Amino acid sequence: MSWYTIDTWIVVIGALAATSCALLGNFLVLRKMSMMGDAISHAVLPGLALAFLVTSARTSLAMFIGAALVGVITAVFTQWISRFGKVDEGASMGIVFTSLFAIGLLLIVQAADHVDLDPSCVLYGAIELTPLDVIWRPTLFGLEFHVPRAALVLGAIVVLNLGFLISFFKELRISSFDPELATTMGINSNLVHYLLMSLVAVTTVAAFEAVGSIIVIAMLIVPPATALLLTDRLWIMVVLSVVFACASALFGHISALVVPSWFGFDDTSTSGMMAVVSGLLFALIMFVAPRHGLLSKWFYNKFL
Amino acid sequence: MLWAESPRAFVRKDFFGIFSLEMNTRNKVIIKEKDLELDLSLQPLTIRDLTVSYNRKPVIWDIDLSIPKGYLVGIVGPNGAGKSTLIKACLDLVPRTSGEVMIYGKTYHKERRRVGYVPQRESVDWDFPVSVLDVVAMGTYGRLGWMRRVSKRSKALSMEALDRVGLVDYANRQISQLSGGQQQRTFLARALVQDADIYFMDEPFSSVDAATERAIVQLLKDLKKLGKTVIVVHHDLSTVSQYFDWTVLLNMRVVSAGPTEEVFNQDNLRRTYGGKLTLLTQAANEIARN
Repeated sequence: MSWYTIDTWIVVIGALAATSCALLGNFLVLRKMSMMGDAISHAVLPGLALAFLVTSARTSLAMFIGAALVGVITAVFTQWISRFGKVDEGASMGIVFTSLFAIGLLLIVQAADHVDLDPSCVLYGAIELTPLDVIWRPTLFGLEFHVPRAALVLGAIVVLNLGFLISFFKELRISSFDPELATTMGINSNLVHYLLMSLVAVTTVAAFEAVGSIIVIAMLIVPPATALLLTDRLWIMVVLSVVFACASALFGHISALVVPSWFGFDDTSTSGMMAVVSGLLFALIMFVAPRHGLLSKWFYNKFL
Repeated sequence: MLWAESPRAFVRKDFFGIFSLEMNTRNKVIIKEKDLELDLSLQPLTIRDLTVSYNRKPVIWDIDLSIPKGYLVGIVGPNGAGKSTLIKACLDLVPRTSGEVMIYGKTYHKERRRVGYVPQRESVDWDFPVSVLDVVAMGTYGRLGWMRRVSKRSKALSMEALDRVGLVDYANRQISQLSGGQQQRTFLARALVQDADIYFMDEPFSSVDAATERAIVQLLKDLKKLGKTVIVVHHDLSTVSQYFDWTVLLNMRVVSAGPTEEVFNQDNLRRTYGGKLTLLTQAANEIARN
């Protein structure tokens, strides 16, 4: 295996994308709305398409605003339909995001002449190409860094999400644990919910350009779920989820370079490998976790 | 429906002597209410014409209630009578179809600091990664306001409350490690930390051990001594006259409300519970024994 600067950048970008998703994912997992990440990451498509059609430019800001709006709309519609439509939350999510996703596809087909949006690109992203889009060349300690656009955008999203978590930790905690009490105290759980959902939408858009939507969904859920197996404190869970997110990015990229050669193939998609590694980490932790792990439960039942 | 037949006639007659002779027309009642405007600010809870419906079906209908200060109030009624809905409507947790709820004469929105809430134990996920102390400290969040950190003082207050419910040793445990009764006491400690003037508790006695039940009763009595008003949704008819000095019998409408010894009788229970005779006989026996 040979390692170049570009590999470092791929890992950094992967880790930033994974971290920004995992930070918010903790609260999706705890609110038992994990699939909301899935729904929103699909539903933002019409927002992106509309932003493009209106501004006829792929400027990030318009796309983020479009995505955030559609993210909130997804959350609002999901709640309405499950309240008034006699269906449970999962089904109403399915109704909302498939419809919105389809509208997005139609819009893109209409605008297909001008848009270079390729379905496989949306699914798997193009993380291997992102380091080539260098927009900033700072010099530090006599070394010149070639900072890619994706790293800057995702870095900003990580800072945004981290700031949100730190500022509203108390509100997120109480509205996830006991939304009714929060509401009676004047901490509007719905407001916290919609803030969280719009951040999920923005993060999704920022991340899936780099790593693809499948990884976004995986990183929203798998690292927090792994962390939850290891701890019973909320802040430790958040920290651990970031650790697992970064580990998935690093070992995902290394595996993408190394593993295929064992079977005589060239290297494979880093994004795909990141999701696989995070899944394997979850499986491992599920067995060996000290309190909630299968092994310790088996041991407890057998010998105590 | 004739006004004289409305359940509010019973209710108001029980609460304000002033109303009793002038219940025949709606107009006169309203005139009298204006005279009472000042007194309402001393009244912990006043409910007028409250109706709540789910999917266009009313769950509670035309509720009029006034709860005097410093009483332990039991809300009693059969399953599906709307007991929980009633207190959730008071707390603005469910939308009201009509009517108004006043806390010390003001809207809930303005007086929320004076209100404490103990939801049903089953309403939260006890596997959530928080410690017992974390949960109790949530009682201070309302006072802290948005974006403020939980202070050392909040934590000290929370430990004090945990001491009062006998759970100090469990402060750093994760909440799933508690028994049902201990979980209920955690919720009560959180309510104590809220330091409210009026408390709403949704079935605090449901499936708790005898020790916890005694602890809760003692706590309710302490709160009463401090002049707090506690409104409790209660299931167990056999303990109503023991625990509560004010009773609201509810079955979609208020069947009767007032001091327990006046209201909690076989006649009213039959009107509340309808044909469930075995239950009634049980309750009657209990009343006879007390």
